[in-house]
Amino acid sequence: MPLGVAGGDQPREGDVASLDLTHADVERRYGVSRREFMTFCAGIAATLGLPNSAIAQVADAIVSKQRPSVIWLHHQECTGCTESLLRAEHPTLETLILDIVSLDYHETLFAAAGHQVEAARKAAMAKNKGKYLLVVEGAIPLKDGGIYCKIGGQTSLELTREVAADAAAIIAIGSCASWGGMPATDPNPTGSAGVAEALGRKDIVTIPGCPSNPYNFLATVVHFLTFGKLPPTDSLGRPLFAYSRLIHENCERRAHFDAGRFALEFGDEGHRKGYCLYKLGCKGPMTYANCSIVHFGDVGMQSWPIGTGHPCIGCSEQGVGFSKPIHALADLVGQRPPATYPGVVEAQGHGATTAAAALVSGAVGLAIGASVKLTRLLAANERASASAKAEDRPAQSAKE
Amino acid sequence: MTDAAVTPAAAPGQPAPVGGNLVNALSVLLAVLLGVALYFLYRRFVEGLGAVTNISNGYPWGIWVVWDVIIATGFACGGYAMALLVYIFNRGEFHPLVRPALTASAIGYSLGGASVLLDLGRYWNFWHILWPGYFNVNSVMFEVAACIALYVVVLWIEFSPIGLAYLKRTKLAGFTNRVLFFFIGLGVLLPSMHQSSLGSLLIPMGYQIHPLWQTPLLPLLFVTSALCMGYAVVIFETTLVGAGFGRDVSAELPLLGRVGKVIAWLLVAFLVLRFGDLAVRGQLAAIFTSGGRSVMFGVETLMFVAPVAMLWPEAPRARLSVLFPAASLMLGAAVLYRIDAFLVAYERGASWSYFPSVPELMVTIGVVALEVLAYLVFIRILPILPGHAR
Amino acid sequence: MSVDRRQFLRGGMGAAAGGACAAIGAPTAQARDNLTVPDHALGLLYDSTLCIGCRACQSGCKTVNALPLEDNVGGALWDTPYDLSPKTFTVIKLYKDGAAQQKDAEQNGFAFLKRQCLHCVDPSCVSVCPVGAMRKDPVTGIVSHDPGRCIGCRYCVASCPYHVPQFSYDTPFPRISKCELCKEQLAKGDIPACAKVCPTGATLFGTYRELTVEIARRKAMTPGATNTFPRRTVESGDTHERRAATYTEQVYGQTELGGTQVRYLAGVPFDKFELPVGMPVRSYAAQAETLQHTLYGGLVAPFVALAGLVAFAYRGARAHPDDDQHDEASHD
Repeated sequence: MPLGVAGGDQPREGDVASLDLTHADVERRYGVSRREFMTFCAGIAATLGLPNSAIAQVADAIVSKQRPSVIWLHHQECTGCTESLLRAEHPTLETLILDIVSLDYHETLFAAAGHQVEAARKAAMAKNKGKYLLVVEGAIPLKDGGIYCKIGGQTSLELTREVAADAAAIIAIGSCASWGGMPATDPNPTGSAGVAEALGRKDIVTIPGCPSNPYNFLATVVHFLTFGKLPPTDSLGRPLFAYSRLIHENCERRAHFDAGRFALEFGDEGHRKGYCLYKLGCKGPMTYANCSIVHFGDVGMQSWPIGTGHPCIGCSEQGVGFSKPIHALADLVGQRPPATYPGVVEAQGHGATTAAAALVSGAVGLAIGASVKLTRLLAANERASASAKAEDRPAQSAKE
Repeated sequence: MTDAAVTPAAAPGQPAPVGGNLVNALSVLLAVLLGVALYFLYRRFVEGLGAVTNISNGYPWGIWVVWDVIIATGFACGGYAMALLVYIFNRGEFHPLVRPALTASAIGYSLGGASVLLDLGRYWNFWHILWPGYFNVNSVMFEVAACIALYVVVLWIEFSPIGLAYLKRTKLAGFTNRVLFFFIGLGVLLPSMHQSSLGSLLIPMGYQIHPLWQTPLLPLLFVTSALCMGYAVVIFETTLVGAGFGRDVSAELPLLGRVGKVIAWLLVAFLVLRFGDLAVRGQLAAIFTSGGRSVMFGVETLMFVAPVAMLWPEAPRARLSVLFPAASLMLGAAVLYRIDAFLVAYERGASWSYFPSVPELMVTIGVVALEVLAYLVFIRILPILPGHAR
Repeated sequence: MSVDRRQFLRGGMGAAAGGACAAIGAPTAQARDNLTVPDHALGLLYDSTLCIGCRACQSGCKTVNALPLEDNVGGALWDTPYDLSPKTFTVIKLYKDGAAQQKDAEQNGFAFLKRQCLHCVDPSCVSVCPVGAMRKDPVTGIVSHDPGRCIGCRYCVASCPYHVPQFSYDTPFPRISKCELCKEQLAKGDIPACAKVCPTGATLFGTYRELTVEIARRKAMTPGATNTFPRRTVESGDTHERRAATYTEQVYGQTELGGTQVRYLAGVPFDKFELPVGMPVRSYAAQAETLQHTLYGGLVAPFVALAGLVAFAYRGARAHPDDDQHDEASHD
């Protein structure tokens, strides 16, 4: 963990000027091979759900665009989101991460502290007025004027308001900053709230999770860098590329759910076989996040809660994480039943074929036709015999 | 359809074989139809019902049940109808019509019973239905099956004097004739029971039979229409055989005319019961508001009403050109009534549909062909039809 | 018809006498009442509002009964029955309306239904089977099928009001198949597979009485209030908490046609599931058997009628012998 490598005591020289790097300089500047760099860009593009053609755009943006200034505030939090970000990549790429942005204020990573750091913050804010990104980590207590969290003599609320005033965009990283997270658990004694609620604004991008997946944050920032605006978000400010689907929709154990195979206790046969954890309280069916796809820690498959055998606790979802008991059963939220459910009406049975209909019509027609013909024949016979009788009568009376 | 007949010498009016060549254009055609049916029956037994029929778990009963068993036994009610008239109502003058009716009944009921075996899925267990310890006396179907099985035996016993006379077993024929009265009584009771119960089969199906057809009066409606069918089929067959063999049926004509009047009265009774029942159950409006079923009900009713109009006045009843189409319409009405009650009125929900497949239809046609073929063979060989000069 | 009143009257009397004797001889038409729930009847409660459509029940049932998968979409990748079938004793069906966004909502919503044999208290199938292949256990009330007796007439298929028994048309040796409430598992002291695997307790096993109490408890819940719900059996103690849904008034199977031992609760009216509603309380079996017993009970009426008919036939046959030697004699 290279503390103090980025940022340092003062803004680095040369950051702000636009750098005209060739890709050959990538190795020198970032300490990684060009291949690794492109792989990184491709990964970011994939996380954003962008097509292959965007990879070059992302690479260009990272290399050539002016790195946005980032002011990172911490409030009621465990610093897990920062820690998660730092563990996002192989150590040789840490430099790269911290070079995508110009981290101009970060309480955890800065070596310096106290008034110097606060002064550095204010200078960076003044220099990049209207252009810096505000990233907030941690919930903001609102009760009693917000006195339950103070930095440098200012309450979190005041501090956030001050920095937010001239920010180009605000990103709330982690569940705490997104909607209050763990500090806001009932009875919420300090009145913790997310940034959007604290500031009374609707334009906050939230990247909930506990911790949030670092790639969600990174991709959001790179999107801003590449396209000059934040990615599309839902009504809660969550980027759609990461939070538009339920864990349940992409879970590797979904087949077990669909087939009705559940683990009933930790360590039982079903649990060891990797069966669905729904009955143990998995909140996947009601949690919007992409943990099931992106995983954590870059150590391969199963590096996420369900993969390790623990039910999802819905940490990113307000009303679920730190609210619904971990082992309570999840509701299925916004479920669109898959196409394989049989409806209450399903066409079955065998109706008429043309041949069969023709056969029946033919037979009936034949029967009717024959009857009519026979009737006519009978009528003709009767008329004939009636006239014959009429002729016979005179002969008969003559006989008698 | 005429043939070069060699009419055996017999006293006029006495039953006599029609004679003639058994093999002719019609019998060959019937045999071919039977052959086609046998091919599909082979496939039915080797591959299962689903390979040949369109029945399904939405429509478990198709035309093999409805036509080959229910309708065909209705056609075979001639013996029942004539026995009632001649022996119970003591209308001896109808006697000449008994034998042909009995023959058609014996053949028709035998094939109707055999057709059940074609339709049963687990036919090798069929004897269960007649075996104590297996049969369930609460079941309508048990009663139908037991009655029909017994009635087939009774019919052949009633028929036996004809066969015995042909075989010149005079003593045995005489004995049989003396005890025949018991079987005649049985032969009126049994069809009354099972023809009505064929209607009762629908009662446990409850709401699944449309209210235009579902009623507690089903047994009465079925037995009345079956009786009508019996009388109508006598007129029908007499006419066809007369026309086909070029026979002069003028001696039977007055009898047929009176049979026609019986049909008219019975149909009136049937229609009164049917519409009275609909009125009492508050279903008269449904006649017009049931979509396709309304159409079928309308056609069926018209076909029941038309023969009444045709057969009520006395003068037209003396003419075959009125009797025959009236009888045909009556038979058509009864056929349609049964198809409607079992298949058209049957409601299984929006998922299900049924229409017979071509192989299924060919089997039914083949069974009918066999009935006609057997009848023609019988009347040529055995003394059944009243002997007449041509 | 020549109007010979005596002749007509005699004949009419003959036939009517048979009928009258039959009517007098027959036992007084006692309506056969609905059968009642056996004291130790077992059953299931299916609560559509708890069901999440996971189909563990469908899967568990197939495992326990060794049933093959059903492939209706091609590729034979997984089990896709449309409905009950010879290979599927229970199936989850989906009711869907509009955008299907809200669970258990009638409009713009969706809901699940578990179809299976409802083990009627007064089953039509048992009544109509001509060879007693369908039987209702006198103790548990489970309706089961004995293929050894079955003749394959499919009367049970035709008469079941819920379209449950399934016949296998695709084989020359067919049979009837349906849920039998895992009676083999019950004999081993286990519970039906569907109730055993259900993760939410939507399918719940218990005695009929226990389930009646549970149904009342659920109907009394305030919609939206958190309550505990048992899983597997009523008394298992394996419970979970969730908010109660709004149930429809009707408990399906409580009274229709005498009631069923498998009952449904739902948040959506039952006719939306294509289930028959509005059926009478008097079972069809009771109606049909009343008719049969009235007409033929003890064969008294038939024998009496036969006596009358034989008497008249004797007279008629003597007057008109069906003999080749005799002419058409003139008659009385």
